[in-house]
Amino acid sequence: MDEKRFTVLDLLDLDLKEHDALELRCICGRKGLGRHISAPDINRPGLALSGFFESFAYQRIQLIGRGEAAYLHLLASEGKEGGVSKIFSFPIPCFIFANDEPPAPMFAEAAEAADCPILLSDLSSTELSSRLMRVLTNVFAPKTSVHGVLVEVYGIGILLTGESGVGKSETALELIERGHRLVADDVVEIRCVSGNILMGSGANKVIGHHMEIRGLGIINVTHLFGVGAIRDKKQVQLICALEEWDAAKVYDRIGTDENTLDILGVHVPQLDIPVKPGRNIPIIIETAAMNERLKKMGYHSAKEFNQNILRWLESESARDVYFGRDDSI
Amino acid sequence: MIEKMTVIKNRAGIHARPAALIVQTAGKFKSKVFLQKGDDRINAKSIMGIITLGAGFETEIKIITDGEDENEAAEAIDRLFQNRFEEE
Repeated sequence: MDEKRFTVLDLLDLDLKEHDALELRCICGRKGLGRHISAPDINRPGLALSGFFESFAYQRIQLIGRGEAAYLHLLASEGKEGGVSKIFSFPIPCFIFANDEPPAPMFAEAAEAADCPILLSDLSSTELSSRLMRVLTNVFAPKTSVHGVLVEVYGIGILLTGESGVGKSETALELIERGHRLVADDVVEIRCVSGNILMGSGANKVIGHHMEIRGLGIINVTHLFGVGAIRDKKQVQLICALEEWDAAKVYDRIGTDENTLDILGVHVPQLDIPVKPGRNIPIIIETAAMNERLKKMGYHSAKEFNQNILRWLESESARDVYFGRDDSI
Repeated sequence: MIEKMTVIKNRAGIHARPAALIVQTAGKFKSKVFLQKGDDRINAKSIMGIITLGAGFETEIKIITDGEDENEAAEAIDRLFQNRFEEE
C-alpha cells in the first residue's frame, strides 16, 4: 500500500520544539500547500536562479539564504528575469527563505502565479538547513507500530509486549507509581532513525498518555501522576515480552544467552518474562533495566558470575594437584 | 486468515463506547483480531489501539481474523459495524 504522502502543509503542521523548531510561516502561494515533499533533502538553487538547469534537483525543498536572496534583489533592480520564470515551470515542493528576508516582489508574484508556496523562517540558512535535514530524516525514517507499552525505567526505554490481558498496562501502572515514566500505551509508533536507533512514541498526541486499566476504564496518567510521570519519546533499548507462565516451556535461568528481536532491521535484546500470580513483575522489570545499564557499562552479571565459577573451579583443581588428594599419607 | 472490508456507518465514528464493544466482542474469540485503516493495523482486543485509529464516519476498515474461530469472529465484528454499534 502507498505510504502516506508528506505535504508542505504537513511540514508547517509539525509540532517541533526547541532545537528542532523551524519557525516556518507561509507568505504566498498558499494554493500549493498540498504539494508533496518526496525527497528528504534540500537544495540551494543558486545555479538554477542564474539560469543553469542541468541536474536541477527540483523535487527537493529549495532553500534560499542571504546570497540567493541578494541575487534575486539584484535581478529585480536591473529588471532582469534570470532563471526565475523557468524555475517555476518545475514541480518544486516549496521555497524557504531564511533570515526572515522576504523575497523580491517579482519572485513572490511569479510564485503566486505558479501556486508554489514560499515559506519564511527567522533562522539563519545554515541553522535552518541542518534542522530541516534532521526533521526530514525523521519524517522519512522507516516506521512501524507495535502493540505494547513503552516505559522508561531508570533511563532505559523498555517495551512491554504480550497478549492482551497479560498485564502490560497494570505492570506499567505500577512502574509509574514507583516513579518511572510512561511514553506510550497500547500502540507504540517506532521509527528507525540514523540507521540503528529505534525511537518510540505514542501514535497520537490527542489521546497520548492515557491508559486503559481493566475495571477502572481509561485514565489520564498526566493528570493522575503529574508531568514527571510521562515522556514524549524514548529510544527502545530492551523488550520485555510478558507471557502466561507455561510449565512446559524452558525459561532462561542463567542469562548468558541473548535473545534479540528484529524491529526495522535493528536487533533489540528481548527477555521472555513469565507471568504468574504472586510474581512481582514491576520489580523484575526494574531489575532488568538496571542489569541492562550494567551491561552497557561493560559489566555482564551472568557472564561475570560464570567466569568466577570457572576461575574458582580451576584454582580448586590446581590446589588438588599441588597438595595431592592423599596428602596426609 | 480471514480479511473482510467494512465501512463505519454511525455518524460519530469509533469513539470510546463502540471501541469498548469491539474489544468485548473480539475478546470472546480465541482468534487474533486486527482492524486496519489504511496502513495502520492494530489489535482489536485493545481499546486504546482502536481509538488511536481515529476512524470516523464512512471510513473503510479491514477486519482481519486469524485462528481457530476466525470465521465467527469476523462475522461478529462485522455485525457490530452493520448495526452501527447499536447507536442511532
